[in-house]
Amino acid sequence: MQNQLLLRFLQLMVAVVGIGFWHFATTTSLFGRPKDIQFFFSTPLDVFWRIVKWFSEGTIWHHLGITLLESVLAFVIGTIAGVVCGFWLARRPLLADVFDPYIKGANALPRVVLAPIFALWLGLGIWSKVALGFTLVFFIVFFNVFQGVREVSQTVLANARMLGMTERQLLRHVFIPSALSWVFSSLHTSVGFAVVGAVVGEYLGAAAGLGYLIQQAEGVFDVTGVFAGMFVLTAFVLLIDGIVTVVENRLLAWRPQTVQSAT
Amino acid sequence: MSSAMAATGTAASQAPAVELDGVSITFKLAKGSTYAAVAETKLDVAAGEFVAIVGPTGCGKSTLLNVAAGLIKPSTGHARIFGARLAGLNIQAGYLFQQDSLMPWKTAIDNVAVALEIAGTSRDEALQRAQAWLGRVGLGAFSHRHPHMLSGGQRKRVGLAQVLIRNPRILLMDEPFGPLDAQTRLIMGDLLLKLWQDDRKAVMFVTHDLEEAIALADRVVIMSAGPAASIIGDYPINLTRPRDISEIKLEPEFHRIHREIWTALKAEVLKGYSQGDMVGAG
Ligand SMILES: Nc1ncnc2c1ncn2[C@@H]1O[C@H](COP(=O)(O)OP(=O)(O)OP(=O)(O)O)[C@@H](O)[C@H]1O
Ligand SMILES: [Mg+2]
Repeated sequence: MQNQLLLRFLQLMVAVVGIGFWHFATTTSLFGRPKDIQFFFSTPLDVFWRIVKWFSEGTIWHHLGITLLESVLAFVIGTIAGVVCGFWLARRPLLADVFDPYIKGANALPRVVLAPIFALWLGLGIWSKVALGFTLVFFIVFFNVFQGVREVSQTVLANARMLGMTERQLLRHVFIPSALSWVFSSLHTSVGFAVVGAVVGEYLGAAAGLGYLIQQAEGVFDVTGVFAGMFVLTAFVLLIDGIVTVVENRLLAWRPQTVQSAT
Repeated sequence: MSSAMAATGTAASQAPAVELDGVSITFKLAKGSTYAAVAETKLDVAAGEFVAIVGPTGCGKSTLLNVAAGLIKPSTGHARIFGARLAGLNIQAGYLFQQDSLMPWKTAIDNVAVALEIAGTSRDEALQRAQAWLGRVGLGAFSHRHPHMLSGGQRKRVGLAQVLIRNPRILLMDEPFGPLDAQTRLIMGDLLLKLWQDDRKAVMFVTHDLEEAIALADRVVIMSAGPAASIIGDYPINLTRPRDISEIKLEPEFHRIHREIWTALKAEVLKGYSQGDMVGAG
């Protein structure tokens, strides 16, 4: 308990010191003329009031909603496709070997270069962003499911077979739980990438969304807007990450974890 | 239960429960080389007979059990189960593996109950019987723990319950009491003997512990050190049954057998060690 409080306090202090430094560096003539410095770094208060303004005027909700929608769609579609393909290929070693170089190649491609093509194919609406997020999420989930099915402990598998499980029962009691545990353990990464896909897509060409907001501000050298957008984006990702952690703790109760306090 | 066993027992009494006939196993290693682990081994286990297999580490005891379970196809020779040539898995056998084999995502009780559920028992009944079995192996209070929250010995006991709840006619046990302390070993050994006494299954029991082998088994079989290991000694144990393990170890006959087998085994154990040294040095 004591330690928890202390930890929280120290964590808070880091933010206070960081923002405090930012404040003094941009409002006093410590590093040069404040006007010049503010052009490049804005000030914490300006950024704060910009965020307050966005929320009080309500303009931000539309952008947040769009980004959230794109992220969720990319995550859901990417996960489903990844799980299905992962299972399907993992149970067909020959096919997996045939496709192996292509899958590796597709995954090695930096996905940002696809964004213009998706915009061309799917327009500037949400679907080009969903597609970009999809290509990121899909491979993470796919590789994890593939791995999860392939790397079931041989003894656990042999034991399940000796207990008399049919192929279907093996799928239900052994392969799916094993693969799902891998999927869940990669939830943080895949959710993060879904957001990355959405924001990068918006940044490169869109009419709404957080990425669009930041890109617009950059276009007119509105550093305050850029920083405000980054903070909103960070809070957004942290919130989603928190939700994922809650879900994860519920679903992976069987896994060894760091010791949970008894109290 | 036991009457059903008696009925099938008479019909099957001519054919051994497990018959390994000229079994050799050669493993393929990396770079195309091979390793002949077990060579030309013959072993019969009659229905209802308790056979213990002892041998130096790495000689191929687990490999033999895997052949009897149908998990490994022998390179030459074959396994017969109640007279029928074994192709595929040996569904009449329950196998307690040397390594951890519980499903880590299921609790102890679910791990045991699933063995019944997959055969069509309702979940409620399966859970009830699983709980009873966990109680029998002394883990009644641990039924809702996941394997990672159990000790090595506790996991072995859950595994034992998982195997026995299906009531298989053949039991393959690979060092089931390996990670247990001496006292729990005694208790589990006595429990196993009592269960076996009530319902005689054919048992292939692998152990490192010669005393345990003699105390439990009808026959103790000794394997030579690999490569190309095979059975080099077969000793009937004519101690009276029912047995109490801690008491039977005090009998003079026990000591006589122990000395006899140990003399044969010692040479092989030493050979097994020196082989390890050579591998380590090379
Ligand atoms: N899949 C495999 N590929 C290659 N060699 C193997 C394989 N499995 C076992 N071996 C070798 O076969 C020999 C017998 O192995 P096995 O596991 O049957 O030994 P064991 O008698 O059970 O030993 P222990 O008492 O230590 O469990 C060993 O030398 C081992 O290295
Ligand atoms: Mg072994």
